[in-house]
Amino acid sequence: MQLALFIIFAVLCVLGALNLLLQRSPINSALSLVVVMLSLAVIYWTLGAEFLAAAQVIVYSGAIMVLFTFVIMLLNAGEEVKTRGSKVAYIVGIPGVLCVASLLSYTFVHERSTLGYADLGGRLNNGVSNMTEISKVLFTDLLLPFEVTSILILVAILGAVVLARKDN
Amino acid sequence: MVPIPYYLVLAALLFSIGAGAFLIKRNIVTVFMSIELMLNAVNLTFVAFSHVHRAVQGQIFVFFVMVVAAAEAAVGLAIIIAIFRARQTLDVDSINLMKN
Repeated sequence: MQLALFIIFAVLCVLGALNLLLQRSPINSALSLVVVMLSLAVIYWTLGAEFLAAAQVIVYSGAIMVLFTFVIMLLNAGEEVKTRGSKVAYIVGIPGVLCVASLLSYTFVHERSTLGYADLGGRLNNGVSNMTEISKVLFTDLLLPFEVTSILILVAILGAVVLARKDN
Repeated sequence: MVPIPYYLVLAALLFSIGAGAFLIKRNIVTVFMSIELMLNAVNLTFVAFSHVHRAVQGQIFVFFVMVVAAAEAAVGLAIIIAIFRARQTLDVDSINLMKN
């Protein structure tokens, strides 16, 4: 049952990613990336990370991808053109990427006995929800990094406003 | 019961497709989207290993990666808008000079 769920969403993920690669128009790539991110949210949930599944839907497919589609439509980005640089990328890039993928896959499958299995709804500590666990660590041990990220976001907002502003 | 290596192989595939798209795509927005795809693949390995080790730290890493990715997307897209205003193009091959 869980295997079927995993296979459905893993195939959706890979198909969405391949569609991102193959589509010529950026808006089609952006919409297939939304499919990848939503399927990844389901896969996070099967690994017992409910908080991250919700955050994936809200932050990635909700906020970041809306920003991407907004910029694509604002700039009226059309289909990309083929140039000489992209041919070099085809010749060097595809074999290199295939090497990386097969090497990583071989390593992971080779070490399968030490990695074990994922059980649906498995909790890290018995009787404590995923949310409780994350917030306990985040607001005690990692309080300073958490506060620093809020400053990072403030700086990013100011930077985005300054960079995208029209200079008069 | 799904073996954990399946998740890791899926993450490796997504990362490789993202790296390939990063090299092949010529539109600067799509290149930026393939970076997001690679970040997502790495997030999946973090969550899978957090499940293997029964430790929540991996999920907190993913949380911080999400926050930084959101900030990065905001600044990066602002830079893309600024580049488009200056050059009237989104093709990475024709953006090869620091100054017009």
